[in-house]
Amino acid sequence: MTVSAGTTRRYSNATYRTLRRVKTAGLYAGVAAVLVYMLFPYYWAIVSSTKTGQALYQFTLLPALDFSNYRQLFDNPVFMGALVNSGVVALVSTAVSLVIGILAAYALGRLHFPPGRIVLIAVLMISVFPQVVVLSGMFEVIGWLGLYNRPSALIVSYLILTLPFTTWILTSFIRDLPNELEEAALIDGCSRLRILTHVLLPLMGPAIASTGLLSFILAWNEFLFALTFILTDENRTVPVAIGLLTGSSRYEYPFGQIMAASVTVTLPLLVLVLIFQRKIVAGLTSGAVKG
Amino acid sequence: MNAARRMERQQRRTAWIFLLPLLLTLMAVAIWPLARSIFFSFTDAYLDAPSDYGFVGIENFVEVAEDPVFWGAVRNTLVFTLVSVGLETLLGLAIALLLHRAFLGRGIVRAAILIPWAMPMVVSARIWEWMLNDQFGLINKLLVALGLVEKGVAWTADPSLILGTVIFIDVWVTTPFMVLLILAGLQLIPEEIYEAADVSGVPQWKRFWSITLPLATPAIGVAILFRTLDALRMFDLSYVLAANNENTMTMSIYARDQLISFQDLGLGAAASTWVFMIIGLIAIVIVGLLRLDRATG
Repeated sequence: MTVSAGTTRRYSNATYRTLRRVKTAGLYAGVAAVLVYMLFPYYWAIVSSTKTGQALYQFTLLPALDFSNYRQLFDNPVFMGALVNSGVVALVSTAVSLVIGILAAYALGRLHFPPGRIVLIAVLMISVFPQVVVLSGMFEVIGWLGLYNRPSALIVSYLILTLPFTTWILTSFIRDLPNELEEAALIDGCSRLRILTHVLLPLMGPAIASTGLLSFILAWNEFLFALTFILTDENRTVPVAIGLLTGSSRYEYPFGQIMAASVTVTLPLLVLVLIFQRKIVAGLTSGAVKG
Repeated sequence: MNAARRMERQQRRTAWIFLLPLLLTLMAVAIWPLARSIFFSFTDAYLDAPSDYGFVGIENFVEVAEDPVFWGAVRNTLVFTLVSVGLETLLGLAIALLLHRAFLGRGIVRAAILIPWAMPMVVSARIWEWMLNDQFGLINKLLVALGLVEKGVAWTADPSLILGTVIFIDVWVTTPFMVLLILAGLQLIPEEIYEAADVSGVPQWKRFWSITLPLATPAIGVAILFRTLDALRMFDLSYVLAANNENTMTMSIYARDQLISFQDLGLGAAASTWVFMIIGLIAIVIVGLLRLDRATG
């Protein structure tokens, strides 16, 4: 800020201080604007979810603390069932992906294995497949397995989303672990599986937590497969339940209910994201930036 | 045979064993379904009886290519992708530059901006649908109060506004992802370069233009590639806001419609194969452009 075209101008100390103050104020104003932009809609959803009747259409920024929307929601067996379905489907597909992904990541990241590069590229390509491309073939596979209209159909089909993702990120994590421990174990005559489970796995805790969490979010939020492979309300996941929620007419939209449902579905994710934020950022960026 | 080669062979065998579950699973959920989809696109199969089919050559591909609704969906998807990724790259870069500075509570802010990204797209669609409601929506009330419009704008119903609304919501949802990737790129730039620039008195804008931007370009490039491929397959946002509205119908919605709503397995498979080819082509072009940048820069 002191230089223009090679000539250096000098300011007095007081001017410097004022300049710095203006800059700091600008920085905080910018950060505040970003926070309002990013967070206000969710805050407004919370506010709206605690209003009913006329209050819902009033422009008051504070929540009305009327929880009847939530009470109605939790008394609704279809919504509660959808919550359970979403949780089970996301948990199981994440667990399966983690187990398979850890095994694969060890082979790809640690063993001397020339075809590994091709496998990794294939994995990356699968992770950018448009889902609709596999829809008809997947439909058939689900039919063969006899899983149509069952939540387990989603566990199978979500592997196409979560497995390439976990494999890719865990491979880049496992590459960064130090070699020495493993060599010592190898000399002691440990098997590869034992090395993975007893030497590397304890070191991978944080990586597994962040990868698992991201994969859970991916599965929890999925919409296309959940909409297509599930026919009846009691087997649906929450995003689809909310997506299909409509009032009896266009003008009778149960917005208070929808906002309560939206807040409820998002809350567990937000708590997890805020707790694990550092690890999530590391997980999100490690594959992309290093890769 | 020496020990080193024996060990290498053994390692390779172990690697295959460890990879087997991955390869089998991906075969079952990705490669095989993809192959079957492409196979079905040459048949006249229907969804209710997929085993009862005859081959029809490229008839399905021609039929999709002659459908103006399909090209409308392609156009919507391309406009959506171009504008949305463009806006969120600029916005993401601006926010990343801001959050890259040291300030009190930076960690919390960084975590907080993840919130729109972590929500299900359906939830974001619903929240904005409520805020943009023509009668009771907060945005319209504000606009009326400020005297900018006389009565509420029907953001999600007006055919000329709805694609813009979809883009607006998508930008809100995906900008955090962009910010994080660009921030990670910024953090890789060594501090010494800026110190050197300080000493030799390089002006602020020039520092951004000739240090920050070129060095962050690989990270930005990867982020753009990911986001572009993601935007090209967009389904949920348009579907929830305006299921079959031709003004926001994306390629994925069109293909799923043929397949599920009209039960036409052959035509739906052909449509999704078209989608696959279009997205593949765009991916190759982008990867090529990124390489070019790296080679010249």
